[in-house]
Amino acid sequence: MITKLAWRNTWFKPLNTTLSIILLTASVAIITVLILLQKQFEDQFSSNADGVDLVLGAQGSPLQLILSSVYQVDAPTGNIDYSEAKKWMENPFVKTAIPLAFGDNYHGFKIVGTTPDYLTKYDAKIVSGKIFENNFEVVIGSEIAKKLNLKAGDTFFGSHGDAEEGEVHEEHAYKIVGVASKTGKVIDNLILSNIQSVWAMHDSHEHAEEAEHDHGHEEGHVHEEGEAHHHDHDHDHEMPQISEEGKEITAVLLKFRNKMGIVTWPRMIPQNTKMQAASPAIEINRLFTLFGIGLQALQYLAYGIMLISGISIFIALYNTLKERKYEFALLRVNGATRFQLLYLVVIESLILCVLGFLFGTIVGRIALTFISGSSEEEFKMSFNPFEFVWEKEGFLFLVTIFVGILAAVIPAVKAYRLNISKTLANA
Amino acid sequence: MINTKDITFSYGKETAFAFPDIQCRDGEAILITGGSGKGKTTLLHLLGGLLRPQSGAIQVNNTDIGALSEKKLDHFRGENIGLVLQQSHFIESFSVLENVALASWLATGKQRIEKAKSLLKHLDLEKQMHKLPSQLSIGQQQRVSIARALINEPKVLLADEPTSSLDDENAFKVADLLDNLSKEFQSALVIVTHDSRLKQRFTNQISLS
Repeated sequence: MITKLAWRNTWFKPLNTTLSIILLTASVAIITVLILLQKQFEDQFSSNADGVDLVLGAQGSPLQLILSSVYQVDAPTGNIDYSEAKKWMENPFVKTAIPLAFGDNYHGFKIVGTTPDYLTKYDAKIVSGKIFENNFEVVIGSEIAKKLNLKAGDTFFGSHGDAEEGEVHEEHAYKIVGVASKTGKVIDNLILSNIQSVWAMHDSHEHAEEAEHDHGHEEGHVHEEGEAHHHDHDHDHEMPQISEEGKEITAVLLKFRNKMGIVTWPRMIPQNTKMQAASPAIEINRLFTLFGIGLQALQYLAYGIMLISGISIFIALYNTLKERKYEFALLRVNGATRFQLLYLVVIESLILCVLGFLFGTIVGRIALTFISGSSEEEFKMSFNPFEFVWEKEGFLFLVTIFVGILAAVIPAVKAYRLNISKTLANA
Repeated sequence: MINTKDITFSYGKETAFAFPDIQCRDGEAILITGGSGKGKTTLLHLLGGLLRPQSGAIQVNNTDIGALSEKKLDHFRGENIGLVLQQSHFIESFSVLENVALASWLATGKQRIEKAKSLLKHLDLEKQMHKLPSQLSIGQQQRVSIARALINEPKVLLADEPTSSLDDENAFKVADLLDNLSKEFQSALVIVTHDSRLKQRFTNQISLS
């Protein structure tokens, strides 16, 4: 009954109530989004970097190299010579070495030349069809299969480079031979082929385009230099093997047998070659530290808003106290105890806080759905709004409740200590 | 039934009151009159357990209310004492019916909705039952507070200037209601007032001086 009374009182002054709830909702929503973003971001980043100790690639920004080769979100730093890279890939320190050659895209989904090891690294299985074997055979990630409604047996033409609007390679069609299982990692949004396919596509491509375009500015896009220019125009995809001589790839994902390599190679490689070796762990840590500051600032802002909403609840309760003291005196006359009045005021504050928290949680998740939509489009990275980070959100709930109780303390104590006789006598 | 013996009360050193003894049996009515500053409201609050006397004893229904703890007194007040005030105060967010039912819940832990309805009907407030108190006229509001004071069938019904803000017609109506209902429910009725209209209505009077 006291709770019912508190509930009614809450809605008897809808403007005060709405203001408090809006403020609480805003702060809880911001914090919820931050919690979920941070958690899922870190999860995705670390799960994608699992099993990659170092990345071998062209010199340039190590962060860029990691972002492009491991997370597929940035442009590559450039290309490296395959034969030179091979020397390092075959080093006894190396357990597995997965070469990556970025080629074209299909509707914005990157076509990456690699080896079947790449699927193993991401624990992706072939759910239908088989693994790519011959040139121009591709395995597509589960998200692509779903979004573009493709299946094994379909064929498509790739577009040049990483821009969706790029030149269409009409010389060769890619044939989908398999679909990979869903992993929740970058591989879901990739089209995988063998490395030769990427080379072969551009062997002929170079000839076709050479006259009109200068591709010099398209860093990282695999161009085969030299030899291809002397190739004949009509080589086809049945050709089993292309010479590795002078060919380039984009990066190599390395896993070591021996920790020594992880420590020494980042220094050794730039000294002896034109390449660099970057550690995903270090670079991602650096990245998190960078935007960690931004997240922190936003978090402070959100807690600031929560403080303001606490003050707003306090002012609302305190202001109405004066007009409500007759109501309180009346309740006492009718047999209510001091404690019931205290309880009433605290419950009113908590109603606001719980509502604010609920709305905030919902609004935060709606916001995340929108963020996920746009990040999906831009970075092929989606966030799950229905995940609950119990520990942090539970803590947030406790903070909200604490704010509610804090805001109610002074008004509640005033109600508790109300002198009924004096209140009624002065009426 | 209400009995007092030698009760005194003071606000600081300046204003001290010594009240005459009061005896009022069940179903009887007593009018306490006197000018302002004579302690009428103070006496009523003492009788209602809202204030505690400095000395002397107040017995309501054979219970010495001065000896009760704060919490027990709250409960006792809810169950045995009905209070009608000069100005009616209500829980603004509750309807008339809910206001009356709330009084029964606070005293007994149960909401006697049916009882509240029949009481309101008895007081000619059937149509106003589901309105908010602020939508009622002052006369109607005063009747609601009478209903609220009577819902628990208290042994003592206390009224503080119940008619001072009412016109003649409503004043007599309220006076009749208080008199008749306290007889009906066998409550001891104590009214403090300076309203001369009531002085003609009730014979049993005590004057404070």
